[in-house]
Amino acid sequence: MREFDLVIVGGGPAGMAAAVSAREHGLENIVILERDSELGGILNQCIHNGFGLHTFKEELTGPEYAERYAVKVREMGIPCETDTMVLDISKDRIVTILSRGRGVEEIKARSVILAMGCRERPRGALNIPGFRPQGVYTAGTAQKLVNCEGHVVGKEVVILGSGDIGLIMARRMTLEGAHVAAVAELMPYSSGLKRNIVQCLDDYDIPLLLSHTVVDIKGKEKLEGVVIAEVDSKNSPIAGTEQFYPCDTLLLSCGLIPENELSRNCGIDIDPRTNGPLVDEGLETSIDGVFACGNVLHVHDLVDYVSEEAARAGESAASFVKRGCTADDTPAIKVTALNGVRYTVPAEIHPDDLLTDVHIRFRVTGVFKDCAIVIKAGDTELLRRKSRILVPSEMLDIIIKKEKLCGITEDITAAIEEV
Amino acid sequence: MTRILTCINCPMGCELTVEVENGQAVSVSGNTCKRGEIYAQSEIAAPTRTVTTTVISAEGRPVPVKTAQPIPKDMIFECTAAIKVAEVHLPVKVGQVLIDDLLGTGSQVTATKSVDR
Repeated sequence: MREFDLVIVGGGPAGMAAAVSAREHGLENIVILERDSELGGILNQCIHNGFGLHTFKEELTGPEYAERYAVKVREMGIPCETDTMVLDISKDRIVTILSRGRGVEEIKARSVILAMGCRERPRGALNIPGFRPQGVYTAGTAQKLVNCEGHVVGKEVVILGSGDIGLIMARRMTLEGAHVAAVAELMPYSSGLKRNIVQCLDDYDIPLLLSHTVVDIKGKEKLEGVVIAEVDSKNSPIAGTEQFYPCDTLLLSCGLIPENELSRNCGIDIDPRTNGPLVDEGLETSIDGVFACGNVLHVHDLVDYVSEEAARAGESAASFVKRGCTADDTPAIKVTALNGVRYTVPAEIHPDDLLTDVHIRFRVTGVFKDCAIVIKAGDTELLRRKSRILVPSEMLDIIIKKEKLCGITEDITAAIEEV
Repeated sequence: MTRILTCINCPMGCELTVEVENGQAVSVSGNTCKRGEIYAQSEIAAPTRTVTTTVISAEGRPVPVKTAQPIPKDMIFECTAAIKVAEVHLPVKVGQVLIDDLLGTGSQVTATKSVDR
């Protein structure tokens, strides 16, 4: 049986950054397993720019960002097995993989980093009535077809959901010669980044219909159009507001779900709020020696944050292997999300065993204006940061100095307070 | 005249309040960094955008490309059309110049991915 110090599941931005960091922290015997035929993951189809401002201090497109890490991985001589699917990870870190070259194989991992990314919520999960005609795609599927396969997806387009991929695809389809009639968003605010609303919708006069949703899909073999209606404060369609939009294409941008089938089968505890593993400050899951980072852990809006997080996972895995693959048995304190905070990553911290300062990442539950992010240990305030506006579409990243956490025994809370 | 813009330089998306006189921004507030002020001034006077799209190579593979510099916003469609008809042969290296001066904008068009086949 082949043995590795570290097996990384997924060769997207998280997997590549984790590999680079683990090697920098002294792990030699690493392998990246990637089910696609090349490294880069979702970045390969994200041909728009806006990546890398934090990591490289310049604005790159997705493929450029991916290639920089892929070159690092290659220069460091880190082995990558592409066209390789991971089928199972056991509690004692035996990883079952499948590839054309080797068939089904079991490999032994001293540590594992989960970097499988996320998947789009499909039509089947959205409860829209109607037949299943040709012409309904998730936005990311259409993005792959247009940008990586060179296909023309449609000419008259409606987009449901104002997630970033939907906004990006509104512009992309427009540049490819399609007409985008509208982007409908169920919520009273967009779930996409502001810059994308400006650059992808406003620039092209594409209307964003907030508090609207698709209530019917017309057409049996081919899509003929959709019915859009306004919704009330309980997200129920308001009778009489229905409007028919003829179209040949409906793109769905209705949320991303971390892809944790492997994690669940392994017995890893999953946070129902993020659909990702519960982790400590070193990004270690409930199974010793198994770490998680990137979109499989919680959905990010910036790849720069994915790379940074993955680098910490790589460092933690290296540290775990170097101390002989033994569990961290120092006491842990919990991190709890209170008023206005939907979740926190990590969910627990080992204050006596900190390698570095601690990042607490979270999203807020709604739009908050003139407020403060308050992090406390018991009643002691560790950090207070004022903000003019906080929105659910932007992940927040708070760094607590390790000196501030040393010796703390009371649980930590994160909350949003009005100022 | 007062115009409200959303800064697009970074994901902060600062809301900028811009006082405009004779087509020029005379004062900018709401920005948290210098880039916000620069953005507001150029967005009022001469808005520009980086265009990203794909070119289908002679071998039939899509090659992702970008304008190396931002181009005038009102030229997005004609620039995209000009990029689409560029002749590209594989292999292509990331950063390779595919068009030297796009429609007189002074911007190059470069490949954003190395594509071998």
